[in-house]
Amino acid sequence: MNKRKISRRTLLGGAATAAVMLFKSSYGRMIQTAIPESLYTDDPTKVVGPPPGAVGARSPFEHPVKKASDTSSRTPLQDLYGTITPADLHYERHHAGVPVIDPHKYELLIHGMVDKPMVFTLADLKRFPSVSRTCFLECSGNFRSNKETLTPQEICGLTSQSEWTGVMLTTLFREVGVQPRASWFLAEGGDAAVMTRSVPVRKAWDDAMIVYAQNGEAIRPEQGYPARLLLPGWEGNTNVKWLRRLELSDQPFMTREETSRYTYPVKDRIRQFSFEMDARSIITFPAFPQQVEKGWIEIRGIAWSGWGKIAQVEVSTNAGKTWQPARLQEPVLDKAHTAFRYLWQWNGETTEILSRATDETGYTQPTIQQLLNARGADMGGYHLNPVTAWVIQRDGKVLFRPEKWK
Amino acid sequence: MRLKTYIVLSYITLAACKPTTGSHTALLQDTGSWPASFHIGRRATLAEINALDIDIRPDGKGLPPGQGNALSGQTIYTAKCAACHGTGTAAMNVQLPGPALMNDSAGANRKKLRTIGNYWPYATTIFDYIRRSMPYNAPGTLTPDEVYSITAYLLYANRIIDQQTMMNAASLPAVEMPAKKLFIADDRQGGPEIR
Ligand code: HEC
Repeated sequence: MNKRKISRRTLLGGAATAAVMLFKSSYGRMIQTAIPESLYTDDPTKVVGPPPGAVGARSPFEHPVKKASDTSSRTPLQDLYGTITPADLHYERHHAGVPVIDPHKYELLIHGMVDKPMVFTLADLKRFPSVSRTCFLECSGNFRSNKETLTPQEICGLTSQSEWTGVMLTTLFREVGVQPRASWFLAEGGDAAVMTRSVPVRKAWDDAMIVYAQNGEAIRPEQGYPARLLLPGWEGNTNVKWLRRLELSDQPFMTREETSRYTYPVKDRIRQFSFEMDARSIITFPAFPQQVEKGWIEIRGIAWSGWGKIAQVEVSTNAGKTWQPARLQEPVLDKAHTAFRYLWQWNGETTEILSRATDETGYTQPTIQQLLNARGADMGGYHLNPVTAWVIQRDGKVLFRPEKWK
Repeated sequence: MRLKTYIVLSYITLAACKPTTGSHTALLQDTGSWPASFHIGRRATLAEINALDIDIRPDGKGLPPGQGNALSGQTIYTAKCAACHGTGTAAMNVQLPGPALMNDSAGANRKKLRTIGNYWPYATTIFDYIRRSMPYNAPGTLTPDEVYSITAYLLYANRIIDQQTMMNAASLPAVEMPAKKLFIADDRQGGPEIR
């Protein structure tokens, strides 16, 4: 009995234990549906397994899932390793559901202040010189902090990272001949919200892309199939999915998503066109609902900045009294989730562990109090990136330390 | 106070000229040997452009012919919108599928309920958004007259225009929204300062 228990735990691995615990009730049933009972055995060396197949699947012992609400779905940051988000676990935020778009009928129209208004099919887009780049996406409404029992996924799971492939927007802008006076473009989606955002043309000259692939395969429907705008480092909503139209203009269009939404009170004003996502980090292990033991713990997490590369991540294991540099996983990429690690020997006393990121512009992730000082008490819920803390209790339980400001 | 300076500046130019961390395109791709054109894709026809070009700019560019006022708008609103958005300014007892659209204290009381009356900087946005995405369960089904009428009704219900005023391609962009003066362009620019 005891022997069997240990062997299962070994199979499940350390960091994944929390996710599996959530599924404990249905654990037995899931094994039976995923693997024929005849094949399930305590000794795999005595049974020949299934033959090669057309499409692979996750191990039946692994159940990472997004956490969905009516309007969004969050990446299980605590269940991931490294920095690439599996495409089916990429966060979702859309305003009128996921459209079904036939790739053979798909067209992208570029018009307005251009010399040649043009239409590109998906096949056209794929013929242009292509580029792949790895970067994060993050919804600008990505901070929850109301209670102790929050997982990293619940606190800030509206961020994910992929390797995107597509065509540089400048390549298409060369083709249509963007006029010198054009300073903004409207990006419009082909979903039921017909989502629109105005984007400064400077972002196109910088690093904007139209992408049709994600992590080596066609973009998933939830991420904008068959093609989306990618504005590395900029708030998720501007990366318009299911992109059908770009219109060049000499002024912004003041769409609902850049006036009524995605704006926020700063002191007695409302801040608009807040594009870059500021530097941020989160410890993903140890985190609620995990339980740790006294001794060596590798503190792990991710850090990212919409302004460039992560320069440094510091970790505190004494509630913020002192800070030590964490190790960054190479390669550290521009505007990308960067894994960090810090080896710590826990003495079993109650404490708080925290992380804070600094990016290459010299910006250091602020506390909620610093954000309040800068923006005022009515600062709203967009673009919040505060340092967060995990409380490690004497019994090894890990709890989130809620940040209260409203 | 630093914020005050931004009130008088046009945030259009501000946001467009904000410095960036550097050009990355050059690093991602070497375009040195590229032809002037790849001759991929085709010219768009005017009909194709007109079929998709539904956006409205704050200066009114894009507004279609047609008109309507709050009187006709109220009838349409009651039939097609109220089920999800309610008809009043008071807090609802039930959770409605859509956000409240009215506020009886134009320009003030921003903290409580952010709506057209105290948070929307441009009247043209109401037209643009309703035409493209509402009603939520049947987007893109309203005629220009219906959208003008509902827009007029929402402006009236938010105490910005009166009940008779006709909204059309000329009058809608001229409506001064109470919240416009509150909007400032993002002034974050990277670097050590927390903003
Ligand atoms: C089936 C429910 C439903 C109906 C009917 C409906 N709406 Fe909506 N409406 C919504 C939802 C949901 C949202 C929020 C969408 C989002 O978050 O992107 C919304 C958002 C809006 C907004 C933006 C509010 C804001 O604060 O940004 C406006 C304006 C609006 N609707 C107007 C209308 C009008 C006018 C009608 C009638 C023609 C209508 N709606 C009918 C559900 C509905």
